[in-house]
Amino acid sequence: MAETKTPFVRFSEVQKTYDGEILVVKDLNLDIEEGEFVTMLGPSGSGKTTCLMMLAGFETPTEGRIMLGSRELNNVPPHKRGIGMVFQNYALFPHMTVAENLAFPLEVRKLSKPDIAAKVQRALDMVELSSFGGRRPGQLSGGQQQRVALARALVFEPDLVLMDEPLGALDKNLREQMQYEIKHIHEKLGMTVVYVTHDQSEALTMSDRIAVFNDGRIQQLATPADLYERPRNAFVAQFIGENNRLLGRVEEDDGRQCTVVVGDVAIRALSVNHGGRGSSTTLSLRPERVTLNPAAGSLPNVFDATVMELIYLGDHIRARVSTCGDEAFIVKVPNAYGHTVPTEGARVTVGWAVEDCRALDA
Amino acid sequence: MAQMTETAGPMITTTDGTPLKLALARATRRSKLRAFLLVAPLLVFIVLTFIVPILDMLTRSVSNTEVQTAIPETAALLAEWDGRDLPPEAVFASMVRELSDGDRRRDVSRMAARLNYEDGGFRSLLNKTQRQAARIKAGPYREAMIAVDKDWGETRTWKIIQLASPTVTMSYYLNAVDLTYDANGAIVQQPEWQRIYVHLFLKTIYVALGVTLACLVLAYPIGYLLATLPPSKGNLLLILVLLPFWTSLLVRTTSWIVLLQTNGVINDTLVWLGVIDTDNRLSMIYNMTGTVIAMTHILMPFMVLPLYSVMKTISPSYLRAARSLGANPLVAFVRVYVPQTVPGIGAGSILVFILAIGYYITPALVGGQDGQLISNFIAYHMQKSLNWGLAAALGAILLAGVMAMYWLYDRLVGVDNMKLG
Repeated sequence: MAETKTPFVRFSEVQKTYDGEILVVKDLNLDIEEGEFVTMLGPSGSGKTTCLMMLAGFETPTEGRIMLGSRELNNVPPHKRGIGMVFQNYALFPHMTVAENLAFPLEVRKLSKPDIAAKVQRALDMVELSSFGGRRPGQLSGGQQQRVALARALVFEPDLVLMDEPLGALDKNLREQMQYEIKHIHEKLGMTVVYVTHDQSEALTMSDRIAVFNDGRIQQLATPADLYERPRNAFVAQFIGENNRLLGRVEEDDGRQCTVVVGDVAIRALSVNHGGRGSSTTLSLRPERVTLNPAAGSLPNVFDATVMELIYLGDHIRARVSTCGDEAFIVKVPNAYGHTVPTEGARVTVGWAVEDCRALDA
Repeated sequence: MAQMTETAGPMITTTDGTPLKLALARATRRSKLRAFLLVAPLLVFIVLTFIVPILDMLTRSVSNTEVQTAIPETAALLAEWDGRDLPPEAVFASMVRELSDGDRRRDVSRMAARLNYEDGGFRSLLNKTQRQAARIKAGPYREAMIAVDKDWGETRTWKIIQLASPTVTMSYYLNAVDLTYDANGAIVQQPEWQRIYVHLFLKTIYVALGVTLACLVLAYPIGYLLATLPPSKGNLLLILVLLPFWTSLLVRTTSWIVLLQTNGVINDTLVWLGVIDTDNRLSMIYNMTGTVIAMTHILMPFMVLPLYSVMKTISPSYLRAARSLGANPLVAFVRVYVPQTVPGIGAGSILVFILAIGYYITPALVGGQDGQLISNFIAYHMQKSLNWGLAAALGAILLAGVMAMYWLYDRLVGVDNMKLG
């Protein structure tokens, strides 16, 4: 279906190596639609920043092509790509004022003076720094610098904006606030954004789609909800959100559901990505989908467990239980009416639905 | 309420009532004393070997006690003379008496040397008169002295002595800028053939500026390369930059002689290549060209190091940001990178300029006739002509020039912006 219309950005069969021995990016294929907010999420060294740098033009792909619309980007120098970019440490020019920083991309494009002044003022208004034009970046707080960097990447109205862990240096509250701001600006202006981060909550908050990177490959490209609810493999399940892992062997498989033997118990699970009968598999199970002491017969999977540890977290209580041979099995018990909190050492039962237990690659 | 006014009062005290400032001073006194004792030996050293000699030099540049020491009475009488006709008989009398005084022989010869700066004939005139003064037993002294030498019958001779009598004089400074006192005590230009110092000062400044500029142009790419290369290669290059520092200045300068002389390596190569023919060998040494080439080479590290230390701190993401914003590599470099290196450019330039303006050994060795700079003349007056007053005045002017340059730099760039490493 992607064949019928040209995507806005297309990575096709892109590979990248720095030393000729190790591939940092392995066979990358990624289509990004116009106006989308796509996040590249992954641990450090997973190749996500390299991909962004190739898109920006600061690295060249060793193999494969990168297209922007119908234009092949491989041999276009960075300054001719017309891509806005927000850097990790903002990279605001320290010898220029905020207004001069914002005017820079317009001046090199040889806009007229009144045009520049108007656009700079509009950009400052957009990030709510209208009266800060005369200051130097060094006189601004981290959050303000971040806004200036954002405004500078947007002031020349690029169709595509890249952001390389732009919120990494901010404290938690400010980071959350900026996430919403960036999201709202994106909604308002409608440009395409490619965002790189290693913070999964940031990715879930802001993105239309998330590409999870590991080991130079995209592990899964999906919407935040899909990624969380329906991880394709064990890495994604583990990387996004909290996750209970049970290692077992597929005993029986009908294509939709399967029975997995873990230790001495048999668990019914959803067949997602395992090697078929007889292969080993990782069962992935979200802690909030596990019910403590379920009513008899309500769930297909019910096992005995012992409460090892309780941690009070306000809105919920984390219970670490020992079940199915796993000592670190986490259950989230809502701190709400109708849920009884067990005591440490108590014998309980835990249960879950087939749909919530996914059999993934080992 | 009472408590509030107490704490908000101007005097904050400790619990036992001592003012807080006093308590702090007492608490830090020991460590301050210790810190002072640590730097005390260096302080003494600097005062003795640096501050005192400079003050002595500044004193010397205006000090003029020779005439007063040798002929105090005559000088006092001359001070009252109106200078229109020959001085009265009393002046001649006291002159004869003071010149014939055997204890003053040494003082008189110093005075002779001093007066010789004003007029070339004074040394022989005074020596001759001193030898014969003892034979003049009775007056009239005027005729007797004129009989010894007819110069004593000229008002000009006495005028010069009169003008050289005050213990403080500007004449060394005037000489240092090609001015002098005429016979009437008015400040006039030196005769054409004696005007050398203004030209020399200007030449020194031009050479220092030229060397600074050459160093900057050559050092900037090196600094950039050093700052951007991976550390392993960068360190090797840095050692190559520092290598000249570990070689004797003399060796470096003489190796330039080997390279640049008429039958040297460069000329031989050019002749061999057929670029020049053997009768038109380039003269690149024992002139200004040699001075500038050798000084640029020797002062280069002083430019490279401040530039490198500044460039090292500039994140490559600035250039990337500039390029992503649409600036081509050249514009990005000129508008984003270069302005951030200004502290290094300033520090390196002022360092090289100050070193160049007072450079001595290299011009002395490879400068020949026209490559001599002001410091070579200061050395000449210190060692050969023994005119220390003039040497001191030239040095003081040089010092003032450097200070002015520093002040100018502070006004334009700001000393706080300077980064020496």
